[in-house]
Amino acid sequence: MNSLKRVHFFSVILNFVLAAGISVARAQDAPDVGPHPPEPLKAMESHIGNVTGHSRDAKLDYRRYCAGCHGDLGDGNGENAVWLDPKPRDFTMATFKCRSTVTGMLPTDQDLFNTIARGLTNSNMPIWNTFTKQQRADLVAYIKTFSPRWEKEKPGDPIKIPTEPPVTIESIAHGKALYTKLECWKCHGPQGKGDGPSAATLTDSKDQPIRPYNFTAGGDDSRFKCGSTNADIYKIFITGVDGTPMPSFADVIQPNDAWDLVHFLRTLQVKRHSKENEVLKAAGGKIPPYNETPSTPPASPNNSAAPASPSENRTAGGGN
Amino acid sequence: MRTSKFGVAVLIATLCPALMFGGTISGKVTYTGTPVKQKPIDMSKEPSCAKQHNPPITTETVVTGSNNTLENVVVYISAGADDANAPAQAVTFTQKGCQYTPHVIALHTGQELQVVNADQTSHNIHPLAKVNREWNKSQPPGSPNIQEKFDQPEFISVKCNIHPWMHGWFAVLKTNHVSISKDDGGFSLPNLPAGKYTVTAWHEDYGTQTQEVTITGNETKAIDFSFKAKAY
Repeated sequence: MNSLKRVHFFSVILNFVLAAGISVARAQDAPDVGPHPPEPLKAMESHIGNVTGHSRDAKLDYRRYCAGCHGDLGDGNGENAVWLDPKPRDFTMATFKCRSTVTGMLPTDQDLFNTIARGLTNSNMPIWNTFTKQQRADLVAYIKTFSPRWEKEKPGDPIKIPTEPPVTIESIAHGKALYTKLECWKCHGPQGKGDGPSAATLTDSKDQPIRPYNFTAGGDDSRFKCGSTNADIYKIFITGVDGTPMPSFADVIQPNDAWDLVHFLRTLQVKRHSKENEVLKAAGGKIPPYNETPSTPPASPNNSAAPASPSENRTAGGGN
Repeated sequence: MRTSKFGVAVLIATLCPALMFGGTISGKVTYTGTPVKQKPIDMSKEPSCAKQHNPPITTETVVTGSNNTLENVVVYISAGADDANAPAQAVTFTQKGCQYTPHVIALHTGQELQVVNADQTSHNIHPLAKVNREWNKSQPPGSPNIQEKFDQPEFISVKCNIHPWMHGWFAVLKTNHVSISKDDGGFSLPNLPAGKYTVTAWHEDYGTQTQEVTITGNETKAIDFSFKAKAY
């Protein structure tokens, strides 16, 4: 895809510029330019593995790299915001798309850390892997100063992701049946092109128009907003994408059913090499109708230790 | 169940008669001017819902009755009464014919909300909370009721992203003294002990109004609210 190539090229350039920017920033020993953003209400910390992030240490990085879009006040009203679609996240709402926690809950520090590193595909949020782990941890802590929710609430435990059962043509067929039954197609379209009957009317929580994900766009480099592995897709069904029309299916889908749906979604990515597309090809390229009473019992955890295909194991956000 | 309820009632009646036989604030909500005409909803994208409405229903941003009465106004005691605890019984919010019934519900903070899907289509319930947690849950046909609670007082706009015409409100309050005006504009806030109260009336499009009312005993005070209709 031409546009994807352009995005890639852009991110390479951007990374170069950023790297240069960081070294300049260091050389000048944190220049004092422009009006100061207001002091954060309360110093916050983040914990990423053995790294502790401190909000006070992220002040300059935030001003230099984040405030342009997210705004000095963290309200998503930076000077670039008017030009952007989707709009930059408003940190004062403390509502985040990519979480490992249930819908409505705060994300974990690790979730925010991953998002900064990964960037958000199909948006203007770049991959910030030029930052050190410490810088990113500090920025996570800084983001948490913008909403009092971080002082009052706990993110809760990350959802459990059970072991992925093997990809079979049956699981793909069942996933397809679920795609119809759960009415994923209403937004994402019958072929996953993001052109379902409700697609044109969708708005996010700030009444901004928002497009459902088009599964068919992009080849092997295609990514989802919140990661690129099968487990990342699984997670999306369960957590939902808060602040957007994508709801949580946690209460209405069984773990094995969710995996079947993941397997089917991979086949919608027609230009992407995947285990699922291989299985589909081996089965003649056609998804058989799903039989409501399967002859084989649902995959039990005992026989589902098959690892995901190597292509699924690429780390999220590995842009360069 | 019945006897225990009766027992509690007797107990309360004995201990604090003021609570049971206190004053009442009641009245009517009306509007002046010309409200914007509500638009018919095109549900053709959801035939299972469209066929339930003949003629098509309209939007419910402003619902009026005869004699300029205004429906769906949340009238509640915003100051003067004890916050009280959340009632044990849940408040039900039903999705039927791709419409929220009722359009506005009142909940106490911490009171259980039950969301019912009575339709043959999936809905997603998306309360666009700003003070409370914003969540968004899918509810395919036949799935169990969604049970939720809200911790903070807030008027929360609720929508279904799949069916963008579906819109409703959760009025989360710190009081049980609440009444939502009917099509005759009527509301009633009974069981008020003697005291000075602030009564607030909230309408989703016309905003809020307040009045101070003093209850001296076993009396009924009549107050009315009149909202100015927005021209657009």
